[in-house]
Amino acid sequence: MRRRTLLTGIGSTALLATPHIARAQWPGVTADEIKIGHTIPYSGPASAYGVIGHAHTAFFKMLNEQGGVAGRKVNFISLDDGYLPPKTVEQVRRLVEQDGVSFMFSPLGTANNTAIQKYLNQKKIPQLFVATGADKWGNPKDFPWTIGWQPSYRTEAQIYAKYMRKEKPAAKLGVLYQNDDFGKDYLIGLKDALGADYAKFIAKEVSYEITDATIDSQAVTLRESGADVLVTAATPKFAAQMIRKVADMDWKPMHFLSNVSASVGSVIKPAGVEKAVGIITSAYIKDSTDPMWANDPGIKAWREWMNKWMPGADQTDGGYLAAYGLDQTMIQLFKQCGKDLSRENIMHQAGNLQPHDCGVLLPGIQPNTTPTNFHPIRQMQLSKWDGQSWKLFGEIIEGTGA
Amino acid sequence: MDGFIHQIVSGIASGGIYASVALALVMIYQATHHVNFAQGEMAMFSTYIALTLIQAGVPYWAAFCITVPVSFVIGALIQRVVMEPLAKAPVLASVGVFIGLLLTFNSVAGWIFTYTLKPFPSPFGEGKPLFGGFVSRHELGSTAVTLVVLLSIWAFFRFTKLGLAMRAAAYNPVSSRLVGVPVNKMLALGWGLAASIGAIAGMMVAPVIFLDPNMMAGVLLYAFAGALLGGITNPLGAVVGGFIVGIIENLGGAYVVGTELKLTTALFIIVVVLTVKPAGLFGKTLVSRV
Repeated sequence: MRRRTLLTGIGSTALLATPHIARAQWPGVTADEIKIGHTIPYSGPASAYGVIGHAHTAFFKMLNEQGGVAGRKVNFISLDDGYLPPKTVEQVRRLVEQDGVSFMFSPLGTANNTAIQKYLNQKKIPQLFVATGADKWGNPKDFPWTIGWQPSYRTEAQIYAKYMRKEKPAAKLGVLYQNDDFGKDYLIGLKDALGADYAKFIAKEVSYEITDATIDSQAVTLRESGADVLVTAATPKFAAQMIRKVADMDWKPMHFLSNVSASVGSVIKPAGVEKAVGIITSAYIKDSTDPMWANDPGIKAWREWMNKWMPGADQTDGGYLAAYGLDQTMIQLFKQCGKDLSRENIMHQAGNLQPHDCGVLLPGIQPNTTPTNFHPIRQMQLSKWDGQSWKLFGEIIEGTGA
Repeated sequence: MDGFIHQIVSGIASGGIYASVALALVMIYQATHHVNFAQGEMAMFSTYIALTLIQAGVPYWAAFCITVPVSFVIGALIQRVVMEPLAKAPVLASVGVFIGLLLTFNSVAGWIFTYTLKPFPSPFGEGKPLFGGFVSRHELGSTAVTLVVLLSIWAFFRFTKLGLAMRAAAYNPVSSRLVGVPVNKMLALGWGLAASIGAIAGMMVAPVIFLDPNMMAGVLLYAFAGALLGGITNPLGAVVGGFIVGIIENLGGAYVVGTELKLTTALFIIVVVLTVKPAGLFGKTLVSRV
């Protein structure tokens, strides 16, 4: 026992030299297994995200069949947290203290990850590629054990502001935002990109609460402010209301819509496909339903993977694409880790990710990180609703940095 | 100035939503002397029933006419099965059950119909909105429906023997039983009627704010403020109260307290009314001998 502890202390080189003696080399890692923890809502109001959990599970199963990670099988333990932060805390404690996982992989939800962030950082357990778009996950100074993956809301807003500034240098900007971390990230992003000129551009910022029945009053206020550019940082229900109200008032601003609300089924169709014409949003993943990607090698590879590992699943559900893309980054991380699966090395490599192709991301978007930049994806492409589908246009735009 | 008028018109439109739900609250209060916190969720559930019928190809008004009696049966059944055993229980027990019903309806709706936002058709046509785009055809039409419902409730309680018996059963169950009013049946009837009115309210609200299991969460609070402001014993008062709350909410949000305190405004109204004039603007102060 003492000898084992000693070996762990000496580090990877010693272990490589004496592979037979080593059993439990690092927390959560034995000679033939690595334990990975995961939480996601399989039940409750956000259970639609559950498909992402199923996709990750299938991915690790595939990985195991292909030989696993550095000669070890992955034991992927995915638990239901019902989207409730207290439940997430409970499940993560169980994963850490009872199951003894090596690291947490992509827990879902902003509030849920916030609830476990301090705990994991205190225990120095990697909280990898969290499935939320909040900006705060890229803060290696204060939380060196946490890292995000998808572009943050703040990055998205920076991209809108950059485009607006180029297309309409004399724009008067109106912003509708949800009064919480999600909505406020957009305000911060707009301010980042416009800098000192923000005061010159802004005509009106109006917030709404998720308890509001309608946002009609806010829409009227924004129109009266004389704004000719509108940023709607809203969740689906309010985004749909806003799109309809803007059209009903015969108001025709350049309208940017937060990409969480770009869903055709739950926002654009309810609001009215005609009323949404001209709205601009942004994307970083290829749309599997868009015929433009029908012969794309990345999408084809994804489809093959789906047919083999998730037969019968609904391939129009964007959750599968996002999960698959994220898993490619995980493969890259394992590649970079080589034989050293210590928590320190896993986190070190997560902060030094080499640019890599995820297949399902838009061409030109390659996740990468540096020790001071924990935002793997910082680029997006704008896309405009033409009445039938979202049409990508322009170049890939990069946010203004960290 | 233009903006000011538009805010008022827009406030009247949202007020119409609150008024229709407030009516259902008045109905249940008149019939049982309880405020049913699950009223909004029951209305939401009925709206899903209507949507399912419409998607199955039933024409709008036929679906409307089926949904209303179906909701009546659900409401009456809830009274019979869930509330009746609690007839002699303290008020807090009933409140607990109301909250239980709220959660149950919400989760069951999510389970059966999913949490995805769904559009609900309007019987009044899409068409160009009126008055410079601030009131849609639907908002005008649904206000008319609310007024019709209001008139029928008022007439029902004022002119029919059944209405009188219902009021009596709620107000003084013991004496009513003595004079031959079947109190339990009256309570079930009250629940059924309230559920029907809720169903109508849900079908009028859904085209405006879209249908999802949490559709009524925000509306119910404002409706409650409206009902209290106008007087929870008075259908007309509740409707007027709903409209006033809509206007106050819009003007307050736009010019006075800011959008962050809109909901607080509604809660403030509730507190002020309960402290200053518990019976509401149009309500009758009931004095009971103890």
